[in-house]
Amino acid sequence: MPHAPPRLITKRGIPAGQAAKEMVHVSATPVLALRGVSKRFGAVQALTDVELEVHAGEVVALVGDNGAGKSTLVKTIAGVHPIDEGVIEWEGNPVNINKPHDAQGLGVATVYQDLALCDNLDVVGNLFLGRELLHRGVIDEVTMEKRSRELLSTLSIRIPSVRIPIASLSGGQRQVVAIARALIGDPKVVILDEPTAALGVEQTAQVLDLVERLRERNLAVILISHNMADVKAVADTVAVLRLGKNNGFFPVKSTSQEEIIAAITGATDNAVTRRSERRTPEAAK
Amino acid sequence: MSETSKTVKGDESPKTEKADTTEPAAAPVTVAPADDPTGAPVAVVDPRLLVREEGLKGYLTEFKRRVKGGELGSLPVVAGLIIIWTIFQVKNSLFLSAANLSNISYFLAATGMLAIGLVFVLLLGEIDLSVGSVSGLASTVFAVFVVNHGMNQWLALILTIITGIGIGALHGWFFAKIGVPAFVVTLAGFLGWNGLMLWLLGSSGTINIPADSGPVKLLGQSSFFMDQAIIGAYLLAGLGVVLSALGQFNEQRRRRAAGVPFRPTSEIVVRVALLAIASFAAAAVLNNAAGVSNALVIFLASLVIVDFVLRRTTYGRKVFAVGGGIEAARRAGISVPMVRITVFAISGGFAAIGGMFFAGQTASATLNAGGGNTLMLAIAAAVIGGTSLFGGRGSVWSALLGMLVIQSIQTGLDLLNMNTSIQYMITGGVLLGAVVIDSVSRKSQKAAGRG
Repeated sequence: MPHAPPRLITKRGIPAGQAAKEMVHVSATPVLALRGVSKRFGAVQALTDVELEVHAGEVVALVGDNGAGKSTLVKTIAGVHPIDEGVIEWEGNPVNINKPHDAQGLGVATVYQDLALCDNLDVVGNLFLGRELLHRGVIDEVTMEKRSRELLSTLSIRIPSVRIPIASLSGGQRQVVAIARALIGDPKVVILDEPTAALGVEQTAQVLDLVERLRERNLAVILISHNMADVKAVADTVAVLRLGKNNGFFPVKSTSQEEIIAAITGATDNAVTRRSERRTPEAAK
Repeated sequence: MSETSKTVKGDESPKTEKADTTEPAAAPVTVAPADDPTGAPVAVVDPRLLVREEGLKGYLTEFKRRVKGGELGSLPVVAGLIIIWTIFQVKNSLFLSAANLSNISYFLAATGMLAIGLVFVLLLGEIDLSVGSVSGLASTVFAVFVVNHGMNQWLALILTIITGIGIGALHGWFFAKIGVPAFVVTLAGFLGWNGLMLWLLGSSGTINIPADSGPVKLLGQSSFFMDQAIIGAYLLAGLGVVLSALGQFNEQRRRRAAGVPFRPTSEIVVRVALLAIASFAAAAVLNNAAGVSNALVIFLASLVIVDFVLRRTTYGRKVFAVGGGIEAARRAGISVPMVRITVFAISGGFAAIGGMFFAGQTASATLNAGGGNTLMLAIAAAVIGGTSLFGGRGSVWSALLGMLVIQSIQTGLDLLNMNTSIQYMITGGVLLGAVVIDSVSRKSQKAAGRG
């Protein structure tokens, strides 16, 4: 069988002209870069020599099968799991990210799949949770409400009212509130873990619109998704992980869905190909 | 300012915030989002959101919808109070006399203090079963300091409150750091601290505390605000009304300046007028008896302070956040163990203060202080007042509202010369009823998408 993806190229290996086309809105130095990152959990090598670059104004989709190491990779960036080997570079300078606080300090905002919103607090309370604005030592509800309304309207987020408890919002509305919440701290990199996994058609569209608006605001976005349609719709680059290793970087515009899926599943190395390989010598006899 | 005035205020307050939230809907705003490429104006307000109609009818339909949705607010309390007061008044015409109402207003302060601490714990979705025992222990510790060691009463008061805070912090530490369920830790405390109290009291059984000066005199039954001056009660009522009006108009001004929805002047005037009527009526009733007891004044002042802490400070916001979602709170950088330990410490501190109120009532530390149904009454008060057992929802005013109900029942049963056995059964029933209302309203809140 011929080696399937002809355009299986490393990030640095993108042809110059194509790279220039891809990088129209992309700065030269990546905001965040992972160089040869490895992470072990006991006897399991979760990540091996993983490379990743994200530029400002770029949406990088991180895809891979279950257990490919996507979540582990994201958690190393978010500071949940410190890395064992390799270097994390922030705007070109190596940094240490050992706890979530370090990542937040740099400007990495993570929206986890379970959202983690307080049901009993209203939208304003959730947006500003942990960083309430104070006015003479007292929570400044008025300014917080004003800023919330401004933020939500610039993101074109439609929710009934900013004073409504989270419990009464729908799943899609909660997701956009969670994403908006990540933006309150003016981050430079936003990590979205399966933002559309539990959403309906219209809500998915809303979240994808929101991702595009993040890019317009010149943020770097890392999007984890299993949904190829979503990836094709909003991502600029697809980084594929397979068994804890890089399995290619693809510019989305010039790559077909099948090629990405082939890289995710390792189409050249699967049960069917192995079976046919076994059969060929048998048939020859 | 007195308990009835607060009934009205507390009754209104849940409405206040909800009314606010519907305000944006009343005047649909359309804005062109700054960086939306299409540039078309988008309605910020969701068209599916029910809009409150203008005027009185709007309030009525809104109220009906909220009750159906399980947001009962102060409704159970108001209904309960009307029923209870009617029944007792029919049974004994002395019940609604100025003297008896004044009696209720004095005795609700002690258990009310325990209920304030419990509100904090309930907001976390936990329970503190030790508050009764800690209050009993506090009165004994105070008596031992003052009588056996000849300590200054105010110094002894401070040490006693610190003892309560320390005990609460210890409970909180076992809960937050070791991971022992709170109800087990505080159940152990319930027994253990009661045992310590009995041991301290020793064979004598009762320590009489001199009540000629100091905190015990201040909290005694014959200690009144401004020495029973007629003007005293009206001053308090006036102070409450003026502060409330100033606060609401200030809020309105700031909101208007910031361009966010604000409450119309007419609504503020109505609210302040209702508060004024209720508080001055209460002041008149209490003046008719003997005046406003200092215990009640201290209790009300504590409520105002604690309400401010819970609603307007970052600490209060942390308490609500931990009660609403531990994981969310942790991700927001809130130290969950710190919040838990401090909340239990606050509960212990208020239990100790409540113990001082009990000591003030009898000017003694006795074997049965803080025992019997004290704990049940405090929990029932917080829950009846509208603080949820499931965490994250409630207000400290529920301590006052609930205590009005509970103390009315207690005083009424005393007035009818009911046996302790009957009192216990009724108290148990009331507690169960309150928890049932809480659970059912939570269920319908879930069904109405507000759980």
